[in-house]
Amino acid sequence: MARMNMIQALNSAMDVMLGRDPGVVVLGEDVGYFGGVFRTTDGLQRKYGEHRVLDTPISELGIVATSIGMAVNGLRPVAEIQFADYIYPGYDQIVSELARLRYRSAGEFFAPVTIRTPCGGGIRGGQTHSQSPEAVFAQICGIKVVMPSNPYDAKGLLIAAIEDDDPVIFLEPKRLYNGPFDGDPEKPAVPWSVHPGGEVPEGHYTVPISKAQIVRPGGDVTIISYGTMVHVAQAAAQSLGLDAEVIDVRTIVPLDTQTLCESVRRTGRCLIVHEATRFAGFGAELSATIQEQCFWQLQAPIGRLGGWDTPYPHAFEWEYFPGQRRVAKALEAVMSAS
Amino acid sequence: MASRPRTRLHVPQPPARPGDKADFSYLKLQPAGKQPRPDVKVSAQATLPLATGIVRVLDDEHRAVGAWDPTLEPEVMQMGLRHMLLTRIFDERMQRTQRQGRISFYMRSYGEEAVSVAQAMALRPGDMLFPSYRNQGLYMVRGRPLVDLMCQLLSNTRDMCKGRQLPVMYHWRDGNIFSISGNLATQFPQAVGWAMAAAIKGEDHVAATWIGEGSSAESDFHAGMVFAEVYQAPVLLNIVNNQWAISTFQGFAGGEKSTFAARGPGYGVAGIRVDGNDFLAVHAVTQWAAERARKGGGPTLIEHVTYRASAHSTSDDPSRYRPKDEYEHWPLGDPVERLKQHLITLGEWSQERHAALEQELDGHVAESWREAARFGTLNEGPRLDPDLMFEDVFKELPEHLVHQREQLRAERS
Repeated sequence: MARMNMIQALNSAMDVMLGRDPGVVVLGEDVGYFGGVFRTTDGLQRKYGEHRVLDTPISELGIVATSIGMAVNGLRPVAEIQFADYIYPGYDQIVSELARLRYRSAGEFFAPVTIRTPCGGGIRGGQTHSQSPEAVFAQICGIKVVMPSNPYDAKGLLIAAIEDDDPVIFLEPKRLYNGPFDGDPEKPAVPWSVHPGGEVPEGHYTVPISKAQIVRPGGDVTIISYGTMVHVAQAAAQSLGLDAEVIDVRTIVPLDTQTLCESVRRTGRCLIVHEATRFAGFGAELSATIQEQCFWQLQAPIGRLGGWDTPYPHAFEWEYFPGQRRVAKALEAVMSAS
Repeated sequence: MASRPRTRLHVPQPPARPGDKADFSYLKLQPAGKQPRPDVKVSAQATLPLATGIVRVLDDEHRAVGAWDPTLEPEVMQMGLRHMLLTRIFDERMQRTQRQGRISFYMRSYGEEAVSVAQAMALRPGDMLFPSYRNQGLYMVRGRPLVDLMCQLLSNTRDMCKGRQLPVMYHWRDGNIFSISGNLATQFPQAVGWAMAAAIKGEDHVAATWIGEGSSAESDFHAGMVFAEVYQAPVLLNIVNNQWAISTFQGFAGGEKSTFAARGPGYGVAGIRVDGNDFLAVHAVTQWAAERARKGGGPTLIEHVTYRASAHSTSDDPSRYRPKDEYEHWPLGDPVERLKQHLITLGEWSQERHAALEQELDGHVAESWREAARFGTLNEGPRLDPDLMFEDVFKELPEHLVHQREQLRAERS
């Protein structure tokens, strides 16, 4: 067991898979010689060579499309899109091609491509380096969507994604790369070395896709979240002294509705928290599903909190970010309703 | 007072609209046999004269002339004629079938048969093909039974696509032909990725892909060209310039001021413009580009100058946007007729043999149709199980699709 931050854990996942499977290739802008703008692929090209870890032209369309072609020719590409905000030039290739290839060819062709991309705010990235686009992929039939919240899950889920025969959009909350961020930017940064999620095996292991995790058991209320907001939600519940059950969704598609609904049926109250914009956000799907399946056990309307429905502003980052206070207020509303 | 120069929005105009006299003088053709055939390892920049000129082998007297003559054995040319003719007869019958309401949609490749047939014959079976929707000739060459293609058109119980795709969106893994998307141009950079993987694995297979001149305006084209150049991918990038993208002529895709092939050297990719209705020229250029790719010389952009002699699809009526008799004035003739006349000139073919072949192929198509229809048509016979709708979205059926399948079953019971 080693201590790793999320960047090291992701690097280790790719290292393990490049070593185990000669079909695995890593490609993306700046990922090769330089090792990635977040250093996630640091050292991999040196270790595995320029034919396994490829720098690419600045073309997300080209990265996704060539990954599909490589996958059809028996490789297992792990493509990096430098920021999730940059993914849209490749969106048609993801939606119309990658997601539907197996379907349209009745299983004869498929493309096991993993697309890693850093998402979320809190790093002064402004409106083009802060988005959380999970919902625009969640609606697409045929791709899996994953977002880890700690180094252990990040490595295990990334290995599972690479080994998966379906395409996976792997969203990395970049504010969590170096430590579990609880939503308070004024507090000194906490490193992963003091968090249990920073304990990461050095070799091969997987965390199953499509399984949510109860990160903190409790009986008063169920908080459903993923990515950075898992940590913010925990801190907010603690600040109120609530016995909250906090669930990390981990996989957006296919969704583990069973774990979510079992919890809500038990607690009778539910708050959904994500960083992405609220309107037609993934929280809407979560809320509708829980309402349909847990209606008779609910003691209060389901709370739903997301980022404001504006672009992510540079100068008002912390007014935008759904921080501890806003989560706490939403929790109070869910707790006081009867 | 002299008028001041002003900015000007240029709107390209086709040489002829309905009622006008057809005019193909913009093609700037050259006689057959004039283009030199450089070594396959020539620099991309040095191909510019090939990209702005046009490679032609068959001359007006039906002789094969010049450095690009691939000197094919008569049996190979006869086989080419057979595949082209089969493609044409298949297309004609499927068109009629659509008109009878037995399939929902069809797209013919009439007039463009040489592109797919000559290219597939010049490539090796292990080479991977990423077609667009007017490349049915590839299937004829690689030998997919017609019944299989017809069952796809019928979306019937033996449909290779399990009822999920529009007619003509075939695929064939074992024949190394990639699934046709239906969205334009997306296959172009995918073929580059496939070729990159072949090079990564150290194999000598190449990829080939086809795009229309119209859809070469998509950014997928640009991405494909850049990646192909950067990694020197072993890939043949074909632009089938059939002059018409539904109702817009090739000037609307950027063909007015330059040839499409000339984009190649601009990207650092070899470019060749070829008479797309000349079976021998297409075959020769394809061989050249494949050899270049296999020897590590990288990609080639090939523009096939041809004419979409049929409507875009069964949903289209070209008499509304181009002269009805335009094809009669097309200066590059008919690919089937030209190869046929060449073989006759060589003493390797005759009108009688041609008529007999037509009859044989017609019978084969008719017989295949009878067999295919037994597995169901749009209106009659057995139907695919709607349960199949839920399969292959993912490798394994996730829980929410299991529920939805149950819902549909309940609805139908």
